[in-house]
Amino acid sequence: IVFKVVVVSCAGAGGGNCDVQWCFSQVKGSIDDDVAEADIISTVEFNHSGELLATGDKGGRVVIFQQEPESKNQPQCRGEYNVYSTFQSHEPEFDYLKSLEIEEKINKIRWLPQKNAAQFLLSTNDKTIKLWKISERDKRPEGYNLKEEDGRYRDLNTVTTLRVPVFRPMDLMVEASPRRVFANAHTYHINSTSVNSDCETYLSADDLRINLWHLEITDRSFNIVDIKPANMEELTEVITAAEFHPNQCNTFVYSSSKGTIRMCDMRASALCDKHAKMFEEPEDPNNRSFFSEIISSISDVKFSHSGRYMMTRDYLSVKIWDLNMETRPVETYQVHEYLRSKLCSLYENDCIFDKFECCWNGNDSVVMTGSYNNFFRMFDRGYRQDVTLEASRENSKPRSVLKPRKVSTGGKRKKDEISVDSLDFNKKILHTAWHPLDNIIAVATTNNLYIFEEKLN
Amino acid sequence: MSGDNEDTQTADETTLDEKEVQDKVISPEKAEEAKLKARYPNLGNKPGGSDLLRKRLQKGQKYFDSGDYNMAKAKIKNKQLPTAAPEKTEITGDHIPTPQDLPQRKPSLVASKLAG
Repeated sequence: IVFKVVVVSCAGAGGGNCDVQWCFSQVKGSIDDDVAEADIISTVEFNHSGELLATGDKGGRVVIFQQEPESKNQPQCRGEYNVYSTFQSHEPEFDYLKSLEIEEKINKIRWLPQKNAAQFLLSTNDKTIKLWKISERDKRPEGYNLKEEDGRYRDLNTVTTLRVPVFRPMDLMVEASPRRVFANAHTYHINSTSVNSDCETYLSADDLRINLWHLEITDRSFNIVDIKPANMEELTEVITAAEFHPNQCNTFVYSSSKGTIRMCDMRASALCDKHAKMFEEPEDPNNRSFFSEIISSISDVKFSHSGRYMMTRDYLSVKIWDLNMETRPVETYQVHEYLRSKLCSLYENDCIFDKFECCWNGNDSVVMTGSYNNFFRMFDRGYRQDVTLEASRENSKPRSVLKPRKVSTGGKRKKDEISVDSLDFNKKILHTAWHPLDNIIAVATTNNLYIFEEKLN
Repeated sequence: MSGDNEDTQTADETTLDEKEVQDKVISPEKAEEAKLKARYPNLGNKPGGSDLLRKRLQKGQKYFDSGDYNMAKAKIKNKQLPTAAPEKTEITGDHIPTPQDLPQRKPSLVASKLAG
């Protein structure tokens, strides 16, 4: 019995799952067609409440948006996201010993669950992870009589009264400060970080190794996975992504460039080289080609919120796995199958190596991932329907409903359809995020961030 | 039948051609593979293997010899090290590369346009 699910396109005018229509809410970034490298968005992440939305870019900068509280005047509109804080997280470095240029590009941002008034996030580039504290200051002490107007300290002999400063309100100031720097633990390039459900530890994964850290300790890290072969000539696969289970603090998974996912249990041994489970879909040897392994490489792995399933993204599809079944995925969704007959050119222009991410909606009923031409796709698992939407300035009238897009694969191109050869492969949507509770999504094009939300009546 | 396919992938050109004709009808992926091999006949048969992965692991590698640099610094002592002319992008000849010569990756002094 094959578990492959055939997905029927939603024929109606609406998008996404049958009852949800998506409409444009906001777009951030410049309209300029000439994109500076530093402005390329490299990661997007909502925090656990959805109130904050963080982006990282190739220039090493982080921008955090905060959702405005719902206004009483417009109860139908969810609050807009406005800039809350922005800071330079990482800077370019040069390792003179290894002749290695270290990019400042932010590969991943992960929020910590909120424990007090401040917010914390982990941001990482290829080599160093940093824990940032974002805190608000809305009052300051005033009334010191120890300094002159210009700031110089007064001669204490001239101070005759004891004055206790009082806190007075001030304009809100949001400060970001690096609280921990976790450096020098990765020889290869970091692709993932994941905070454990215990909120005390986190993992960082590079091409060949995964390390476990304690959030309070920066001078030590435990290596928990090492797939480096003794002889590098024997290298056959690399780690592409890793994530902790959402509620089992001992469990994590990592995906590989060969299309496999290994689940490890940290209780079993200190070094988790032996996996507890290995998820791999058997390949039809008849269909094997030069491209098979490349397109099977998993670019992202995400547990469902429930912790029962995990989703993987490879070049052409999204697969949902039941953690209890290692032999094959329970659902497979084709993102852009029409690219299978374009693999030769996609290999030549390197697009075949693009790393698309994927995400779940709050109740795990819909999954989303990006594609080319600024298209992104949603798959409704319950209704077995999918939709293709586009993030573009042309559809950016406030609250305008997004019209489903269609790529024509056959000879005949219908009106409003776009042919495969007209797709712009420079316009890729690699990073998308879904609000943890509501139907609000953040979609990153090369240098713009689009926010779409469910149309409310 | 499946066993045969595995073998013919590494066999000589003529058997491969026959398979190509068959495969054009069967698999778009195989047709694409044939196209690629036609354009790059020297392409190895192991695409996902060591070469590609090693290239990925070596990302960021730049030429700079810290030994040469420190030797040159020691020789010249107090004098300034000869630096490359600003127009030169490649370091060649007797000139010893210095950290200043490497294409400087300065941190972004400009705020992100997303915050604009």
